[in-house]
Amino acid sequence: MAKKWLEISVGGLLVAGVAALLALAIQVSGSHLNGSSDSYRISALFDNAAGLSAKARVTVAGVIVGEVTAVAVDPQTLMAKVDMAIAGDVDYLSIDTSASILTAGLLGEKYIGLSIGAEEDVLTEGGVIEDTQSALVLEELIGQVLLNLGGD
Amino acid sequence: MMNWLQTIGQQTLQRIAALGGAWFMLGQALWGMPGPKGLQRLTQQLYVVGVQSLVIILVSAAFIGMVLGLQGYTLLVDYGSEQAVGQMVALTLVRELAPVVAALLFAGRAGSALTAELGLMKATEQLASLEMFGVDPLHRIVAPRFLAGIIALPILVIIFNLVGIYGGHIVAVEWLGVHSGAYWGNMQAAVSFVDDVGNGLIKAVVFAILVTWIALYQGYTCVPTSQGISEATTRTVVYSSLVILGFDFILTALMFGGL
Repeated sequence: MAKKWLEISVGGLLVAGVAALLALAIQVSGSHLNGSSDSYRISALFDNAAGLSAKARVTVAGVIVGEVTAVAVDPQTLMAKVDMAIAGDVDYLSIDTSASILTAGLLGEKYIGLSIGAEEDVLTEGGVIEDTQSALVLEELIGQVLLNLGGD
Repeated sequence: MMNWLQTIGQQTLQRIAALGGAWFMLGQALWGMPGPKGLQRLTQQLYVVGVQSLVIILVSAAFIGMVLGLQGYTLLVDYGSEQAVGQMVALTLVRELAPVVAALLFAGRAGSALTAELGLMKATEQLASLEMFGVDPLHRIVAPRFLAGIIALPILVIIFNLVGIYGGHIVAVEWLGVHSGAYWGNMQAAVSFVDDVGNGLIKAVVFAILVTWIALYQGYTCVPTSQGISEATTRTVVYSSLVILGFDFILTALMFGGL
């Protein structure tokens, strides 16, 4: 009887370990949006995607609706091509939706904010957002200010 | 002067010989795969080093998670970014604290017990009688304990991670009023399963090998007297702790430091 109890408790420890690993994967590292069938992919071309990286949030009105899956230079246009996975139940992104790269707080990480346009047609798998606004680069801003001051 | 040099040389040679002996012991112990009988012994050892260490792991994980939540909140609230507390708690635990603290507790709870058990077996000549019967004590006694340690510690670390993160959740979300969605959302955006959880588990496996190995070697080679056993047990805890902290730095530098 004592031995049976011992084996049960060891089995329980192993099962608890596997369950906890699953919970870590889903709840803590949020692996559920990655390539699951419950999401669709869209992309957007930015002049400048400085500071944006994979796994960054994609939001509509501040609510998370998806995540960035890849950031790469598009060889044709030489712009930054940002791939995003959007949750399947978000089926109201019109084709004239605009995307901008925003910063969470003063020092926070970069994320993408989508603002939905007026068109009836919606973006589907493989859709491309054309109206984009690039990341704010502090150095360029300062440069512009200095240039303006110099011009006066 | 000559005596002094001789002492240094002697000590060094002894250390190197011990290191060689430890490798030899490990190789001998793991030479053959355990049969069905060995599996039963493995289960028993998993109970001793795994299940019996569970309570101390659960309690310390909950408190460490809660302290991280509290400290993180008071630090971050000054910058108006208390939303990031979930990310801070999770990354601290998954990358560093869970493997290191669980391994230190494991060394104190399970490692010292292993050393004392083996030392007592040696002092009461149980190991010698096994050899008399033609049973290899390395196979019979050391191997199942070693495997059990390597399996048990990573599982304990996984559980430590989860309990700690929920401990931080209790303090930050339930008590201090951080938004629950922000706690989990920031965490999920920041924690990568392969890079953070996976690397933390690699650390756990490395620490498990080191701690169990040190504990078994110290027990197996201790001076078979009551004082010898007590010294060996102390050495197990001291060496294990130092090795864990040292290797943690090396592993962190390799995994996250961009070296």
